[in-house]
Amino acid sequence: MVNDPAAISPSVRPIDEAPRASVDRSLVALGGAAACIVGLVLLALAVSVLGMALPSIRELGFGFVVGRHWDPAHGDLGALPFLYGTIVTSVVALLVAVPVALGVAIFLTDLGPPPLRRPVAALVELLAAVPGVVYGLWAAIVLAPLLRTTLEPALEAHLGFLPMFRGPKVGVGLLCASLVLAVMILPTVASMSREVLRAVPTELREGGLALGATRWDVVRRIVLPHAKSGIFGAVLLGFGRAVGETMAVAMVVGSRPEITGSLLSPGYTMTSVIANEFAEATSVLHVAALAEIGVLLFVLTFAFNVAARILVAKVRGSESATARDVPAREDHEAA
Amino acid sequence: MTARESSPEKMRAEGLSAWFGGKRALKDITLPLVERKVTAVIGPSGCGKSTFIRCLNRMHEVVPGARTGGKVLLDGRSIYTRDVDPVRVRRRVGMVFQKPNPFPAMSVRDNVLAGLRLSGIVPPDPNRLAEDALRQAALWDDVKDALDRPGGALSGGQQQRLCIARCLALEPEVVLMDEPCSSLDPAATAKIEELIHELRERYTIVIVTHSMQQAARVSDFTAFFNVGELVEYDLADVIFTKPSDPRTEDYITGRFG
Repeated sequence: MVNDPAAISPSVRPIDEAPRASVDRSLVALGGAAACIVGLVLLALAVSVLGMALPSIRELGFGFVVGRHWDPAHGDLGALPFLYGTIVTSVVALLVAVPVALGVAIFLTDLGPPPLRRPVAALVELLAAVPGVVYGLWAAIVLAPLLRTTLEPALEAHLGFLPMFRGPKVGVGLLCASLVLAVMILPTVASMSREVLRAVPTELREGGLALGATRWDVVRRIVLPHAKSGIFGAVLLGFGRAVGETMAVAMVVGSRPEITGSLLSPGYTMTSVIANEFAEATSVLHVAALAEIGVLLFVLTFAFNVAARILVAKVRGSESATARDVPAREDHEAA
Repeated sequence: MTARESSPEKMRAEGLSAWFGGKRALKDITLPLVERKVTAVIGPSGCGKSTFIRCLNRMHEVVPGARTGGKVLLDGRSIYTRDVDPVRVRRRVGMVFQKPNPFPAMSVRDNVLAGLRLSGIVPPDPNRLAEDALRQAALWDDVKDALDRPGGALSGGQQQRLCIARCLALEPEVVLMDEPCSSLDPAATAKIEELIHELRERYTIVIVTHSMQQAARVSDFTAFFNVGELVEYDLADVIFTKPSDPRTEDYITGRFG
């Protein structure tokens, strides 16, 4: 094209509809269609699961959400034990994972030796890439026996005055599920927190350091307060992941739909009951009840994800706004 | 020359070099900083002048991959030996940045006291201390009724004076200013320059500036840097009237840079 002199001379360059422009336009249409499909799939998913759940919604009504008994053979279906199990395991997982994840994120952005930061960050990302079922295997083979023989007796001996640390010491149960969840959400929370911390403007850190604050003081009193809503977003995202995780939890949660108040006793979660019972569910009501649990899960995770992304985007957005009007420091970029 | 030799040195760079990764930004700088005088560092973009003052309070090493060589003396004592805590150096050698960087979520008062608060020190009379620092920074009259407003709500020039107040509240001995007026309008710039005139009574000041007029107006001594090297250092009057190096002359007459 460049060889053609007519293409270079401005006087003969046509400005009306050229073939290249129409290619652009059809690509836009194609991309737009693809984007619409994503939205439609999400909508279709929501509608069809809701449709499957209709018999249960109609028959059991609100009682389904507060019912404490799960006896599919007799049509006595209450989802509360699953809600309870999901929330307890997710919250305990967060309590364990968030402090560690924050520590990792702070190490990666502020305190760690710079040459170590990149490899450690890669390692954290790698943790997220391991399939859930592998974590489940590890939990069943290694973690559960360890809990049964060592951790649970120790917990009861020292913290047994709290009902949540009293109970059967069988290894599998809510605590075991919580711990494996903690390991699984650690990379999510750590890498999101890291992004949020990185978005805190360098000039604020330098301002603090130049005032004779230590790096830890700067992290504690400037960086973390500045990033707190974004970190909260990262935590919500971790919660969403914990709520949705199925396989690893199903393998070690104990699969017993009870509310005992003890972390040591076996329990059940929303995801694992669907995975375990769906294939064998025969009655229409049983299938619909499982679908309704699916609807609840859908709503729960959707809400948490949206909230989390809004919070993280808020922090990143405010950073890119300030980054634009900072002139780059001349000495850093001079060749 | 006699003026230079008779005045006491507050700080001194000796064979100072600085690197960003493998890239050398400063080559073998030897330069005295005279006590209670204003020393201006001028030079074209990328000449290493900001890097130079960041080496004076150990802020250069904050950038990942950055390192220094040679010596910097504060009252005759090296600040780069192993036993020196950079945190203590920075309390004695304060810094004001190119872009005003008050802590946006803190109030004006908390910004002034930030140097103490960040380190967990509770001053005996915080209000008095804040007022003193704000008066020294010529900001008191502007903000005395707005001490609880967020620091980010002030105008650009006021924010920069807030940063100066924040630095002075720590009672430093040396104040480093890295192009403190480059993001300010002429009126705000004039105020800062006036302030520098007053502050020289109490502090040793080093100011990096792009503006030769500013260097001529505020400084007692001027150092001209080019591509990481110190080309010439002398009394400001000498530099701006009869520089001895042709490169200095080219720069101050606007032939390059």
